Amino acid sequence: MTPEGSLPLRRDPRLPTRALSGWGRCLVETCSVARPTDVGRLAELVAGGRSDPDREPGPPDWIPRGLGRAYGDSSLNAGGGVLDLTRLDRLLAFDPETGVLECEAGVSLADVIATFLPRGFFLHTSPGTKHVTVGGAIAADVHGKNHHHDGSFRACVRSLRLLLADGSLVECSPAERGDLFDATVGGMGLTGVIVSARIRLRRQPTAYYRVRYRRTTNLDAALEAFAESDASYRYSVAWIDCLARGAHLGRSVLMLGRDAEVADLPPARRAEPLRVAPVWRPSVPVPLPGVALNPLTVRAFNAAFWARHRDGERTEDFDRYWYPLDRVGGWNRIYGARGFVQYQAWLPRASSRAGLVELLEAISASRRASFLAVLKACGPANASPLSYLDTGHTLALDLPYGDDVPALFDRLDAILLRHGGRLYLAKDALTSPERFAAMYPRLEAWRKVKEAVDPGRRFASSQARRLGLVEAR
Amino acid sequence: MSETVLVIGATSGIARALCRVLAARGCRLVLAGRRREELEVFGRDCVLRGAPEVAVEPFEALDFDSHEAFVARCFERFPGGLDGVVACHGTLPDQAATERDAALARRTIDANLSSMVTVLHAVALRLEARGDGFIAALSSVAGDRGRASNATYGAAKAGLTAFLSGLRNRLAGKGVRVLTVIPGFVATAMTEGVLDPDSPLVATPERVAHDIDRALRRRRDVLYTPWFWRYVMLAIRLLPERVFKRLRI
Repeated sequence: MTPEGSLPLRRDPRLPTRALSGWGRCLVETCSVARPTDVGRLAELVAGGRSDPDREPGPPDWIPRGLGRAYGDSSLNAGGGVLDLTRLDRLLAFDPETGVLECEAGVSLADVIATFLPRGFFLHTSPGTKHVTVGGAIAADVHGKNHHHDGSFRACVRSLRLLLADGSLVECSPAERGDLFDATVGGMGLTGVIVSARIRLRRQPTAYYRVRYRRTTNLDAALEAFAESDASYRYSVAWIDCLARGAHLGRSVLMLGRDAEVADLPPARRAEPLRVAPVWRPSVPVPLPGVALNPLTVRAFNAAFWARHRDGERTEDFDRYWYPLDRVGGWNRIYGARGFVQYQAWLPRASSRAGLVELLEAISASRRASFLAVLKACGPANASPLSYLDTGHTLALDLPYGDDVPALFDRLDAILLRHGGRLYLAKDALTSPERFAAMYPRLEAWRKVKEAVDPGRRFASSQARRLGLVEAR
Repeated sequence: MSETVLVIGATSGIARALCRVLAARGCRLVLAGRRREELEVFGRDCVLRGAPEVAVEPFEALDFDSHEAFVARCFERFPGGLDGVVACHGTLPDQAATERDAALARRTIDANLSSMVTVLHAVALRLEARGDGFIAALSSVAGDRGRASNATYGAAKAGLTAFLSGLRNRLAGKGVRVLTVIPGFVATAMTEGVLDPDSPLVATPERVAHDIDRALRRRRDVLYTPWFWRYVMLAIRLLPERVFKRLRI
């Protein structure tokens, strides 16, 4: 057995502080972490009550956290408290007639799928990982491959129960306390703690999708292909090769999908159309050396991806179609000890072509290796002031973190602002308060609600302080 | 297969994860514990996850006189009685506190050991009469060898491991299986602030629950979970006392 120093035992149980990071692993902060098992204890923590006299006084402020899949510092709170909600994970009610599921905020989308897909229900929409919580999905107003058709996660949220800074619980929905609902959806946990929600699931005939692959040789062809196909396909996304330059700038593989009917399945699968056989999942146990990802390996990956995806149509199960990255556990560790950052930018339709060309050229010129760049056409905005998407296009790309990355992101931000675009808060790690304010014109409406429900700033995150959403302590 | 299983201490981390596994494979559940409201909410969760029926029974570990009636009630909740019982209740106090506070030391032994003996004796009589069923209880690696950092808790768990071994011996050949579950470090509310949940040595309750379910189905006697603890504890038990007493592990 190992000597005491290396045992995972803590000396002082009164101060459960931990070094936390987001999914990108590049920003690490020391936070006090509480992991309540019920709403009563949660309310006590938020109100700063000390039921246990042996405990130290609570931290100055709190930020709720789910499964920690926001990339930057959205769920970190340096010098403050983090409410880990993964133990508030109970399903509360389900109505098979309407598909409305009421559950606690810490229930993961993976759990929802595992429980309800066998009964013929799937999520209204989903981000590229199922390892996020329902609370996190609402707080970031996540979107997925069907945004152009079905909107973001908000569209399925019937109502939510919010724990406010004063310890009270309130229900809100688009009809009831609409302003608070709007500010909470996409509000990154800063209006209060989402304790539970009623979300509507969608009937799904099978666990499979018919996917059409379509290669396009450059950006113009890709944008044209989106415009052509988005009316007829419920799901669409493109993988885009960020290393391609010149005439091939923006060469892409479009993946267009629709829900597979039972008749679309091979005969062997028709008896159990909602069942997907479990597969072995590899995982990355430790951070790989920083050199593992370099322009050579990424170029090889991109070339292989391009070669493998010839035009054609095939049937894929939901895991493969929605969550290709979840197949490798802890894939964020391939970026090494310094972690990575994601740049996810939205551009309005009128300027998206010009903006995307400039962004891609700047990235290509930087010679930073990026694989897994993703392009998608998106539909109109919703009523939440901090919700990310609107009609136009969104581009997301992962870059290993390095000393030159902040300067590169400054250049990208400048391009983005020139074209009226914005960044996604769930991915952002580096932008400034001025740029953020310029990207979100409805920010003042959000601030008004924040001021009304949390005048004492009980809810704050490292990101919120960095972006001026709350003042520094 | 629709078994009826009583889970005692059902709001604890490992028990919660186990109840969900049992619910998903269609078991009827009787959930017992102190926090009734929480159990009611969790019971609905289990039904949504596939349990055909769930009942809630209040259970007070330190009220020994109530245990016989408690077990009798649990056996009557559903027609057909109980097919198995999983006892998960327990408490992990600060060792230093138990050294200063005699009442706390005694409560630690009573909650982790005495109550297990009284309640499982009442269960064993009934299952023995049926000639079929299973008993499982959560012991701990702390019971495999006494250490300075958890001598009081470890003594209770060592007693529990010995008791379960005796119970298994008694019920062998009578159709009743007894499973001793020996978890290592598990990230639950009980170990909050004591264990670092990010350590690779610390398992999730879901992992442990999955192992317990498999051990029940395979009719195992003793389960170390995760598996490597069997060898870690073997090595620790083999250390001569002369050496062991000087170690701080």
